[in-house]
Amino acid sequence: MIKKVNYKAWLLLLPALSLLIAFTHWPTIKSIYRSVTWARSDMAPSQFVGMENYAMMLDDPVFWKVMENNFWYAVGTVPTSIALAIIMALWVNSKIRFTGLLRLAYFTPTILPMITVANIWLFFYSPNIGLFDQLLQLVGIDGPNWLGDPDLALSSLIVMTVWKEAGFFMIFYLAALQLLSVELYEAAKVEGASAWRTFRKITFPLLMPTTLFVLINALLNAFKLVDHLFILTKGGPNNASNLLLYYIYETAFSFLDSYYAATLTVVMLVILAIIAFVQIFFFDRKIHYR
Amino acid sequence: MGYKFQIFSKISAYLLGVLWIMPLLYAFWAAFHPAEYATKFELFAPLTLDNFYAAWEQAPFMSYMLNTVIITTLILASQLFVCTLAGYALAREKFRGRNIAFALIMMQLMVMPEVLIVENYRTLAGFSLVDTHIGVGLPYLASAFGIFLLRQTFKTIPQELEDAARVEGLSGLAIIWKVFVPLAFPTYLAYSLVSVSYHWNNFLWPLVVTNTEASRPLTVGMAIFGAPESGVDWSVISAGTLIAIGPLLILFLIFQRRFIQSFMQAGIK
Repeated sequence: MIKKVNYKAWLLLLPALSLLIAFTHWPTIKSIYRSVTWARSDMAPSQFVGMENYAMMLDDPVFWKVMENNFWYAVGTVPTSIALAIIMALWVNSKIRFTGLLRLAYFTPTILPMITVANIWLFFYSPNIGLFDQLLQLVGIDGPNWLGDPDLALSSLIVMTVWKEAGFFMIFYLAALQLLSVELYEAAKVEGASAWRTFRKITFPLLMPTTLFVLINALLNAFKLVDHLFILTKGGPNNASNLLLYYIYETAFSFLDSYYAATLTVVMLVILAIIAFVQIFFFDRKIHYR
Repeated sequence: MGYKFQIFSKISAYLLGVLWIMPLLYAFWAAFHPAEYATKFELFAPLTLDNFYAAWEQAPFMSYMLNTVIITTLILASQLFVCTLAGYALAREKFRGRNIAFALIMMQLMVMPEVLIVENYRTLAGFSLVDTHIGVGLPYLASAFGIFLLRQTFKTIPQELEDAARVEGLSGLAIIWKVFVPLAFPTYLAYSLVSVSYHWNNFLWPLVVTNTEASRPLTVGMAIFGAPESGVDWSVISAGTLIAIGPLLILFLIFQRRFIQSFMQAGIK
């Protein structure tokens, strides 16, 4: 049996635990509490209102729009950036020339601040004079208004997000590829397996743990990467590209409604809990090589 | 197959590479040419540094940069200290409640401080820490990721080394400082690079919690600088962007191998 309380261990943990409790656990509990209270103003005492904030949320069309957008944002960014990351890693790991430069090019977006490069993407997307529309004019097409058109705004954000994160995920695949054994590939070659078959039957299954890891991170990013919204669309036009975290920010700091913002935060926490649950479920079962 | 497919694959690889650094290439183009060439691409357009002067005049880059450096350093220093102690306790000490403590810490990997801006802002306002460097840093001073990385590394250090140090008369913190920290150096370096590039680029929380030049970091400054209301043209914005990302970009180019390896190492653990 373990002896009495190990003071040394708890003392060592004290700074970390107190900081994390103060800025992660405590605000989590406070968000839940605030979501069931309401006050006329910040000065007035708040009162318990039960599920009223949630009822209001379910009646809020912007909330549903934001959830729908966030769903499509995840669907648009997660598989695309994972697929691109795998392809990039295979290229960089192959025997073509200038792999060092290629790796550098793919990875660079990772270390550039989303917010400052968004200024440059804003130019790419601007109507008529923007880079994309200029390129389209070369082939005689009148380019659209990428960020101003409600049907395109979200997709334009998705493209920039994929650009930002694919090279980051590539790194994890590259690390995994370099650990794979050469013998397997030699065996596949002897068998006369095609490149596609080798990838499908050997490489892809062996990369499964990495894919799960990247998948979780890509999912988390789909809910927390909203920096570029501040520059590119501000969630517009008419909430066509608004996302949950941006809406939380707007509600709390533009509309100054911290009770509703807390309610939305709880929704975000539930989503994160679901992702965590999926991760624990998959990782604990260790679905590796089959 | 084979041959045609390989050529196609190679060309795509290079094309994608060009596409990926396009925003950076464009920033260089616009920043070093007069404004009328910002949207016109001519090979022999005249070069100029005027945009850099203009950008420098229009925004207090010096204070932004200084704020970013102070905040990033503050966060990193605290993280290294706090995570070392916690990582050691979780890797080496046996005690009741260890698994619970570990699980509580790991929660931060999922519930990132970005999500809790509303309540954390209220906490900071309660302590009158809004618009201060320490305020921007506070939610990040302890990092679950850092604790996890160091715990994994400390676990691999042989017990004999710790015992030998104890025989030598070293105790408690001295053992951590003289045995564990030096042996985990690659992990510290990897974690530091990841942390610095994260916080150099962080935006949402600093935006919420800073109000003035006194604490505003580069990212928040650039968001204001680039806003259409401020009426700055593309060339000047590009120059400003290059000023803002310059230090980190240069650091990255010099140590790119280290950087990429660090991200790899941090990811495998």
